[in-house]
Amino acid sequence: MLKNDLVDIIREKALWMRRRAFTMVHDAQLGHPGGDFSAIDIIATLYFGVMRYDPKKPDMPERDRFIMSKGHATGALYTALCAAGYYPEDWLKTYMQPQSKLNGHPNRNYLPGVETNTGPLGHGLPVALGIAIAGQMTGSDYRTFVLTGDGELQEGSNWEAAMSAGNRKLGKFTLIVDRNRLQQGMGTEETNGLDPLDDKFRAFGWDVEVIDGHDVGALVNALSEPPGGRSKPLCIIANTIKGKGVSFMENKASWHHGVPNAEQYNIAMEELV
Amino acid sequence: MAAPAAKQEGFYDCRDAWARTIEELAENDPRIVAVVNDSVGSSKLGGFQKRFPDRLVNVGIAEQNMVGVGAGLANGGRIPFVSAASCFLTGRALEQVKADIAYAGFNVKLVGQSSGVAYGELGPTHHSIEDFAWLRPLSNIKVVVPADSWETAEAIKWAAAYEGPVYIRLSRMPVPDLVVENRKFQPGKAELVRKGDDVTIIACGTMVHLAVQAAVELEAEGISARILNMATISPLDEAAISAAASETGAIVTIEEANIHGGLGGAVAEHTSANLPVPIERMGFPGFVPTGSVEWLFDHFGLTATGIARSARKAIGRKRG
Ligand SMILES: Cc1ncc(C[n+]2csc(CCOP(=O)(O)OP(=O)(O)O)c2C)c(N)n1
Repeated sequence: MLKNDLVDIIREKALWMRRRAFTMVHDAQLGHPGGDFSAIDIIATLYFGVMRYDPKKPDMPERDRFIMSKGHATGALYTALCAAGYYPEDWLKTYMQPQSKLNGHPNRNYLPGVETNTGPLGHGLPVALGIAIAGQMTGSDYRTFVLTGDGELQEGSNWEAAMSAGNRKLGKFTLIVDRNRLQQGMGTEETNGLDPLDDKFRAFGWDVEVIDGHDVGALVNALSEPPGGRSKPLCIIANTIKGKGVSFMENKASWHHGVPNAEQYNIAMEELV
Repeated sequence: MAAPAAKQEGFYDCRDAWARTIEELAENDPRIVAVVNDSVGSSKLGGFQKRFPDRLVNVGIAEQNMVGVGAGLANGGRIPFVSAASCFLTGRALEQVKADIAYAGFNVKLVGQSSGVAYGELGPTHHSIEDFAWLRPLSNIKVVVPADSWETAEAIKWAAAYEGPVYIRLSRMPVPDLVVENRKFQPGKAELVRKGDDVTIIACGTMVHLAVQAAVELEAEGISARILNMATISPLDEAAISAAASETGAIVTIEEANIHGGLGGAVAEHTSANLPVPIERMGFPGFVPTGSVEWLFDHFGLTATGIARSARKAIGRKRG
């Protein structure tokens, strides 16, 4: 497929995901829309432009893995898995309802396509590391992708895993940091600053690329494996905007777990076209 | 996070009492500091932060560091109140709680917010129903579970004055203030909320007011239920439990927690060794399905009607 066509397809999926995720959050009056919207272009690029998987065979050993470490952003994950064909759209309507498979944080025992349960921050990278080590051990060629928040990187477990991944030279291991510069209460840099984040990962033995996390073309380039592969794990620092795509949500910490009223919902739906 | 429960007249979120009290205490004692993990809002510490910006340490999303820092602050002569969602405070930092706080014996107050299943739909990762089982064996940490706003304020004041580790477990679910005459907060002592001879309902935290409703329901059937508010889970008021066993002959325990290793487990440990009586343990059997707090309470029978049913069952199991 021509790259421009691919970019268009991914953009279209991402738009659908934003509209659908916001509807879920509106209907449930629960969720984390800010972090959904900063991550959606990244996740759409993975599922619709980069990863190898078959929704009919979610346990296929050679599948590429995606680990959603920032598990609170279920609006982004659940819409992606639905669009990828893992389950019907009807399921999205049950988001957070009693006994729903779509819990507030993802559960692999409820949903096909979910690789591990997340929600407590700082768990995805170590689990993804284990998946990548297993791939290296068995000589499999699957790739392992993990998405973390930036505030999430304040958890020490990430740095234990980062050190280990660097030492093991895991070339099929990719971390994407959703660098929206906000966490729950306020900015990352005023809470417990992460910069210079690229230098930190380089010092831990990683390749690092810093890109615009809403530029789908740049995402496709950064996430695609270069000819000949890599000899180090890759950290993509994706500069993003929390709440991206809805004017009143962008860059506002209050939309971390804010939920829209009817009027806000309508404005958002007008903007998301 | 979970949508605020519908406001009910006379029901209060105990976090407000916590926030008011800690600010009052901090005003008079410069040693009092707060330690948080990006949890200023969920801990209702916005006011504290405004008034005492230099005495709030926000370590970011880093609970292990947070609890370790608490121990260090105590070593440096501060009185730290480490406040975070109780699931992460106790679960994520459990070894720090064990080694740095309990074993090292530092004067740190751990304040677990939004405990139990208060986070409802966010699911078991965000529920804190294992915390009693985790912390009870750490015997020099006092585990206190206030039942209402009044008790929350009293417990916080007591903890500030007490020299040693304390875990105070709060909810975000609004609860009414209990009606008890001449109330006095006594750590380590069960509070007699209602007299009764046929069965004793031992409850803590958000479940106490439901137990009171159940007792009213039972009274209409001629069953007299004693109610104990077991605000301190560890150490346990063994004398009150022995008295309940010998005087009422049947016990119901109810907690917004896992039924394994918590209040019910503690009561069963004591009675089985001393005065075996039928016990019905109410709470959650394990990880729970998706659902709101209200739905989960209902689904697992943590309601006045459910408690009354367990009480009848416990009475029915008494030997004739
Ligand atoms: C261990 C742990 N501590 C605290 C939380 C509560 N929490 C949920 S999301 C969040 C902020 C996350 O910020 P970031 O990683 O930057 O994510 P994003 O901004 O992309 O949503 C916090 C503190 C949690 N889920 N897990």
